[in-house]
Amino acid sequence: MSKAQKYSVWYILPALTVFTVLFIVPMIISVFFSMTVWSFADFRFVGLQNYKMFFEDSQLLQGLGNTLIYAFSTSMSKVVLALLISIFLTSNIRLRGALRSVVFFPHLVSNVAIGITFCALMHPTKGVFNAVLTSFGLKASKFVYSPNTSLVSVIVTDVWKGLSVSTVIYIAGLQAIDRTYYEAAEIDGASRLQTFWNITLPLVRPAMNTVIILSLIGGLKSFDLIKTMTDGGPGNSSTVLALTVYRQFANGYYGMSTTGNIIMLVMISLISYPLQKFLLSREVSQL
Amino acid sequence: MTKRKRTYTMLGTLIGAVAAALVFVVPFLFMFLESVKDKKESNMLKFSLPTQWHFENYGQVIKNNNYQLLRAFKNSAIITVGAVLLLVVICSMAGYFIQRRGDRLSRAASNYITIGLMVPPSIMPTIWIMQGLHLYKTMPGMILIETALTIPFTTMLYRSFVATIPIELEEAAMVDGCSSPRIFTSIIFRLLQPVTVTAVILNSVTVFNDFMNPLYFLPGTKNATIQLTLYSYISLFKTEYNLLFANVILVVLPMLILFLFLNEKIVAGMTSGAVKG
Repeated sequence: MSKAQKYSVWYILPALTVFTVLFIVPMIISVFFSMTVWSFADFRFVGLQNYKMFFEDSQLLQGLGNTLIYAFSTSMSKVVLALLISIFLTSNIRLRGALRSVVFFPHLVSNVAIGITFCALMHPTKGVFNAVLTSFGLKASKFVYSPNTSLVSVIVTDVWKGLSVSTVIYIAGLQAIDRTYYEAAEIDGASRLQTFWNITLPLVRPAMNTVIILSLIGGLKSFDLIKTMTDGGPGNSSTVLALTVYRQFANGYYGMSTTGNIIMLVMISLISYPLQKFLLSREVSQL
Repeated sequence: MTKRKRTYTMLGTLIGAVAAALVFVVPFLFMFLESVKDKKESNMLKFSLPTQWHFENYGQVIKNNNYQLLRAFKNSAIITVGAVLLLVVICSMAGYFIQRRGDRLSRAASNYITIGLMVPPSIMPTIWIMQGLHLYKTMPGMILIETALTIPFTTMLYRSFVATIPIELEEAAMVDGCSSPRIFTSIIFRLLQPVTVTAVILNSVTVFNDFMNPLYFLPGTKNATIQLTLYSYISLFKTEYNLLFANVILVVLPMLILFLFLNEKIVAGMTSGAVKG
């Protein structure tokens, strides 16, 4: 029996069908419908007008800018903080297992539940966060209720939640590093900082790249937390692209919503494909 | 030297435990404490023990609006179980095909499916197609959507695990006259069991916690999922934080139970999936 007979296409056909009909086909036809005024029942072709409107509307542009700020700041924070936490959690400490579990749990909790909780913690007058801030002599913040701090408030919450997955990925990467490198470094009298810089950091690269890519793409697509915590407000201060897509949909502008979707798709592709190539080229192999 | 080292270890443990408790435990403790206070006390939003424990809050939110929460639980459970079962069946087969066949067709299929790991779903056209298929705003439609969106991740998860199964097993079975579907169902699929556990857990968490897709594809109150219901309670229980947080706790509870029993397996599965890509 040949390979083609043994592994017949019937194995992949069901997955391929569902994926094609509900993911690829919509993606392809969205290119067309992004250039229409669309009500599902009928459509009117308007060319690139939607795109022109999108890039001339300051509110929509702000959403685009916020998306970039959100994605890059959450991703960078997770990359750095999760690395520090994972190094701590792989070091020789007691309660290691318990601490790892505690760090991991937020990953299982829905964004809606976390959004509600952090909104209460960040309450402008009664919240626990402000109680802590004022007790240290700092000024109380309005958090999600001020246009200056609303986006940052959601970013902080997102980082808190995202640390769990990132840390778990780092821990797996750190544990895969051959112990003999560290023994050799110790014999050569390398300092802790040298060991970290010359052994840990290069060899944890694959895990770090996974964290960067996953968190960046996640950040560019993010919706749940922002919808729950600020709904893009106050005003337009924390609107992101995914929320724009939803708003246009809720207002019945299906064509414009599709345009937003395409812009998001192009943005993610333009950022993540080159980035992934670049990151992979810099990985060193562990011989 | 050793004594100094031990002091460092103790100090590290202490600092770590305190920091972890503050950062990762306080929010959950806050959730719970809020949920058992009375209305007035809960609205103060203080991180404190309740003066009186009001566990009846839970009963009250369960009974609210003619057991709306339980119906939402049922809907979410149906969608989660349906999508996860479908995923396990079709993605184990797809991962097997892609890993074993090793020709241009399977490489093309692999690249094709990987698109879904990165690109966001195009929502409006999906709704339009689902309307055409009479699947929009239906439970089967929602199950198919959740499935379609998690096929890429699950297929790649299975694919990397199939690589660890020795091909000699299949060859031996072939010599014994075993047919290809039979080899898959009675040999391969059984050996895939560890990764199936991972796929079931991770996808259950994703689908159960999903908020955005039900918002688009299953709007309305009839089939509202648990996350949509919780979201609608934000404005409903605006002035009754105790009841709002009693809802939050009930929604988080299934995940907490999952976590308490399967913590090790979840973490092991996640890392194997994430690092192998």
